[in-house]
Amino acid sequence: MSNAVSTAPRAAAGVNDSKQTEKRGAALAWLTVPALFFFVVFAVIPLAGVLILSFTSWDGIGAIGVAGMSNWFSVLVDPGLYNALGLTFLIMIVSWLVQTPISLLLGVFTAGSQRYRAALAVLYFLPLLLSSAAVAIAFKALLDPNFGLATGLGLPFLAQDWLGVPQLAVGLVIFVIAWQFVPFHTLIYQGGVRQIPKSLYEAAQIDGAGTVKQFFHITLPQLKYTIITSSTLMVVGSLTYFDLIFILTGGGPGNSTRILALDMYLRGFRANLMGPASVIAVILVIIGLALALFLQRLGGKDKQGSQLEGL
Amino acid sequence: MSTVLKSSTAGAPSGSPTNAPSPRRGLGSRLRRLNIPGGLGGWIWLAIIILPVYYVVITSLKTQAGYFGQNPLAVPTSPTLENYQLVLEKDFATYFMNSVIVTLGSVIPTVLISFMASFAIVRGSGRFLKLVNGMFLMGLAIPLQATIIPIYLMIIRLNLYDSLLALMLPSIAFAIPLTVLILSNFIRDVPNELFESMRLDGCSEWQTMWRLALPLTRPAIVTVAIYNGLHVWNGFLLPLVLTQSPSLRVLPLGLWSFQGEFSVNIPAVLASVVLSTLPILVLYVIGRRQLLAGLTAGFSK
Repeated sequence: MSNAVSTAPRAAAGVNDSKQTEKRGAALAWLTVPALFFFVVFAVIPLAGVLILSFTSWDGIGAIGVAGMSNWFSVLVDPGLYNALGLTFLIMIVSWLVQTPISLLLGVFTAGSQRYRAALAVLYFLPLLLSSAAVAIAFKALLDPNFGLATGLGLPFLAQDWLGVPQLAVGLVIFVIAWQFVPFHTLIYQGGVRQIPKSLYEAAQIDGAGTVKQFFHITLPQLKYTIITSSTLMVVGSLTYFDLIFILTGGGPGNSTRILALDMYLRGFRANLMGPASVIAVILVIIGLALALFLQRLGGKDKQGSQLEGL
Repeated sequence: MSTVLKSSTAGAPSGSPTNAPSPRRGLGSRLRRLNIPGGLGGWIWLAIIILPVYYVVITSLKTQAGYFGQNPLAVPTSPTLENYQLVLEKDFATYFMNSVIVTLGSVIPTVLISFMASFAIVRGSGRFLKLVNGMFLMGLAIPLQATIIPIYLMIIRLNLYDSLLALMLPSIAFAIPLTVLILSNFIRDVPNELFESMRLDGCSEWQTMWRLALPLTRPAIVTVAIYNGLHVWNGFLLPLVLTQSPSLRVLPLGLWSFQGEFSVNIPAVLASVVLSTLPILVLYVIGRRQLLAGLTAGFSK
């Protein structure tokens, strides 16, 4: 179906087009060389490199030695790995569950046309501009039980030792991630909502469907691909929350917020165990690829797939 | 499904369906104006977004005594800029310039080479280009963090450790997949007739690329430039791992080190947070429409 869409204009353009296209294919290929060079050297080779390094021992400065499977054995029997894995998935899933409905609803809301919504939206998108470092540092100050938000608002229940109690720290991390990333996903949903043909709503109104019915029967199904795009970015992106958590909690208290990416950094660059850290990195890559493939399948004949076919 | 979406949005520029006048629209927006839960939720979220920002800004204007003595959310009785002065004296300008260099030095090459690749992927054909495109799509799922150790090793071996160039090279590589995806989506929407007429006029593919495809993809180029720019500007891990000298710190790293230095002087720490965000905020205020329209179109296509 999507195949027909993308090939239709090409077929209509001319009969001898296919021959010319073939020639052009060869002539144009070199245009990809600069991008290919950077991508291969600084992304593909490191990707292969991390697999190789997972079988070596290296302290980050000295010589690199062969370690065989020992890094893998040591990491796979380490309960720290399972703690980090569990936390990574916990934060990923809860973040998705929290962020998706909020950004979806805010996206639908801000896609409306009144001026006050436009004004609200200007402020909504502020967190897009802040670095994770800035966000983490700001929230650390905000959470001070004596001089932070809790005292300011006169809400004593906010005056907790947020960074000192494991469960609170995990919850806090999820909240701060939502604070930072919901605006971006709101923006994606806003764009998606604006592309829904108005005629669908008009037809529904004639049929007497109310706002709620319209939301569930038009908006939600029409946003299918937007939901997949946003979820893919959210879920794969959650593997990279490193900076925020590194500055906010440093993985603590204990190891209660030590997600995979942070675990890798601390093992590699703090404990100087690059081999075991590379094992964690390989696991991170496998999870990233598996999630991306899973989410693509979920969308059925998804957009990226059809783009590949349409070539 | 995708046919419906594509055909209905391909012809009209984004946003126009919303603006198209229709007899029912009056009724529709009147109904929506009564959307009380929506409005309430919207205002609650606004408070969640704004309160921290407000707290950071007012605290950065307080003296130490004001910070300890006043209600945290009260406007400072005698606002002071001395925290800002303190931060500016601490090499803020160096960090700022480093961030500018790294951001421009990453974004400009990324957009240029990704645009060329996207043009080839859309206009060309053959197994090689298919393979290249497939590889870039796979690249979308690779987390930068996962490759940081080999990158660190490579940068050391290339004698680039502790240089700004060390930050640019991986930044470019990891920005390419998404940039190519968005740009090729846009180039694909350029009607084939335009390319044909350029060819009939005797233009080479090279000329077609710069004179036809580039101007027509400008909105997408702006989008990816801003998106990548924000990413590099706010990047933390690469500078943390690949540089060492204080004189080579970029802003996020500078912020982090301020936090260590001024750990007791919270107003000064927060002043550095505000100061690091200010340049981006100014750009945002100037280019807000372009930014939001671009990001919206870039990700909802």
